[in-house]
Amino acid sequence: MRILKMDSKYLKEFLESLRMFGKLYGPIWKRDVLTHDHVENVDDLVLDGEHTLIPVKKLFHPKRFNTMRFNEEGFTPNYSMFEKRVLIGAHPCDIHSLLRLDEVFLTDPADPYYKGLRENTAIIGFSCLPTENSLCRSTGTDIVESGFDLFFVDLEDIYLVWVGSSLGHDMILEKEEFFDENVTHADIQKYIQWREMRNDMFKKSFNFRDMPDIMELSYNSEIWDYFAEKCLSCGSCTMVCPTCNCYTLTDVFDVTNKTEGRRERVWDSCMFVDYSLVAGPHNFRGKRADRLKLWYTHKLKAFGGEYGRPACIGCGRCVDTCPVDINVLTIAEAFTSCEVPAK
Amino acid sequence: MTKTQQIENPYIPEPARIVRHYDLVKDHRFFQVRHVDMKRAMSFTYNPGQFIMLSIPGLGEAPFSISSTPSRPGILEMGIRKVGKLTEALFKKKDNDIIYIRGPYGNGFKIDQMRGKDIIIVAGGLGVIPLRSILYYVLDNRDQFGRLFFLYGAKNPDEILFKTEFFQLKNRVDIECLYTVDVDTSGEWTEAVGVVTRLFEHLPEIDPSRSAAVVCGPPVMYKYVIQELLKLKIPKNQIQMTLERKMECGVGKCGHCVLDHLYTCIDGPVFTYWDTLHFRELI
Ligand SMILES: Cc1cc2nc3c(=O)[nH]c(=O)nc-3n(C[C@H](O)[C@H](O)[C@H](O)COP(=O)(O)OP(=O)(O)OC[C@H]3O[C@@H](n4cnc5c(N)ncnc54)[C@H](O)[C@@H]3O)c2cc1C
Ligand code: SF4
Ligand code: SF4
Ligand code: FES
Repeated sequence: MRILKMDSKYLKEFLESLRMFGKLYGPIWKRDVLTHDHVENVDDLVLDGEHTLIPVKKLFHPKRFNTMRFNEEGFTPNYSMFEKRVLIGAHPCDIHSLLRLDEVFLTDPADPYYKGLRENTAIIGFSCLPTENSLCRSTGTDIVESGFDLFFVDLEDIYLVWVGSSLGHDMILEKEEFFDENVTHADIQKYIQWREMRNDMFKKSFNFRDMPDIMELSYNSEIWDYFAEKCLSCGSCTMVCPTCNCYTLTDVFDVTNKTEGRRERVWDSCMFVDYSLVAGPHNFRGKRADRLKLWYTHKLKAFGGEYGRPACIGCGRCVDTCPVDINVLTIAEAFTSCEVPAK
Repeated sequence: MTKTQQIENPYIPEPARIVRHYDLVKDHRFFQVRHVDMKRAMSFTYNPGQFIMLSIPGLGEAPFSISSTPSRPGILEMGIRKVGKLTEALFKKKDNDIIYIRGPYGNGFKIDQMRGKDIIIVAGGLGVIPLRSILYYVLDNRDQFGRLFFLYGAKNPDEILFKTEFFQLKNRVDIECLYTVDVDTSGEWTEAVGVVTRLFEHLPEIDPSRSAAVVCGPPVMYKYVIQELLKLKIPKNQIQMTLERKMECGVGKCGHCVLDHLYTCIDGPVFTYWDTLHFRELI
């Protein structure tokens, strides 16, 4: 892969130039919440590594949208959300989360909505520094080798820029004068120091590699009951987890007298009590402990016969968010030590 | 985007016509449907054990097993129980009305592994709907299989589905039909009384390594039926069962049909008993 160098003073102008490749999206502050949204002004972009509350999946697997319209004549798909976009500021874990979602949504038969949004969006990654709860070093997702068009590593006065695709290369060519092929020994030293500094900044870690076996062995453990008693079934963990893909469909009639309306798709949560309810009514997972087990099976053990590996990419959002401290850290800790967390 | 035409969208339901319908028993109705597009109707093929997603615009979509056999192409058959919004609307439809379907989905039975073997079909209640597909498949390809045993139990005689059809099968010499009801409320029931596992007493001797079993029924039934099959020493990977989970997409995307780490809609709905030993959440 080609790696170039850019003086930091060109950043703003370069990002501005990307508008010719699509509408700019990235992390910006909106009503006191950091969120991925349309970027009017590149100065609004938050590129220092802070995490958005809702992960980047929302741009590819929208929280609520119309999949199709229906009337007496049948169903017509709705692709009005497709537009050329450039997503700026994706962290390594964000990119890994998209690669995981790809395994679900792009496996044959591909989900046309996710696929359309994905194919129309360029990914401009940015390096970040660990937050209080970052766990990506434990999950091996703290660096990326693929899944971006360009990736910027911030070394203060310069950026090292990884060119990950032909489109990324075209973006560079548009502003060729900003980029320098000549990465010096001093630059390399700086990069190594940055890596070491970043590695030392992680405050939390867990035993991700051994978790599949530990989860399997602990399936009948009474420790699950401890967590189940605390869980509020609020579903926050599934909303903030970047690799949660579940959704539900609802037909909504227009306010007319005719058979006309839309088939709407909305994020769903396996933590909700009615998630596995079927006609009968028979609920395959009425107990809270069973729902928690399911979630942590996916995050820490295995995910789908087709999709393979556990889905956690170590963003730490479940640690930030769960009101009663149920998260990959407390779960991993409890099942590794076979003890429930101290109060 | 103007390329709408070229985008493959597995979620778009295709129009199909209700060709015929009749009531099986109270609140259970039999439907024959055919794609409106005749070419599609004739080329549409599937495996016994697969299902389709059925839509009525405005009332949603749900999975239903295909009850017909691919050996009789052109028509899809389903047996449907009225339980809620979508099924109630479906029961209001008349012959020639249009509904929407997509599929077929799921893996279906592993027929290749069943060829040359004696086949034991064990159905409880509604479970007979998907098993009717494999039943007729075996009958239509009779020379490819060994002996055929069809065990079917319902709560009472009023709940026996496909009664006329299945009692006619009793006249055939190439299938052994064993039917039972938990309780005989009618006083006119001529077959066995008792739970479906009691029918195993009537099976002749079998060679377990040359036998394959398929099972479908209410969740409580599996445990007891499997015990009987294991007593006969049928290998665990030659016992297939079809499982039901909530489903929304049918193609492995929505997550609803999850069973341990598998998605029932793509990894199932047919699993061998051996498969199920590896996952913790069962039935
Ligand atoms: C692979 C597969 C194959 C299937 N094959 C068949 C088949 O061949 N035939 C068949 O009939 N069905 C079959 N089903 C089940 C079928 O999909 C459901 O019956 C169908 O989804 C019901 O849809 P509905 O809109 O009519 O019901 P809904 O409106 O969704 O109503 C059912 C829901 O209402 C609620 N509900 C129902 N009754 C009560 C109650 N008494 N109290 C409280 N809540 C209640 C439950 O939440 C339930 O989920 C199959 C399912 C799967 C997964
Ligand atoms: S399980 Fe927690 S840490 Fe892992 S990806 Fe999901 S939210 Fe992030
Ligand atoms: S684990 Fe925490 S965030 Fe998730 S549903 Fe339970 S209480 Fe809510
Ligand atoms: S029904 Fe959607 S994943 Fe199986």
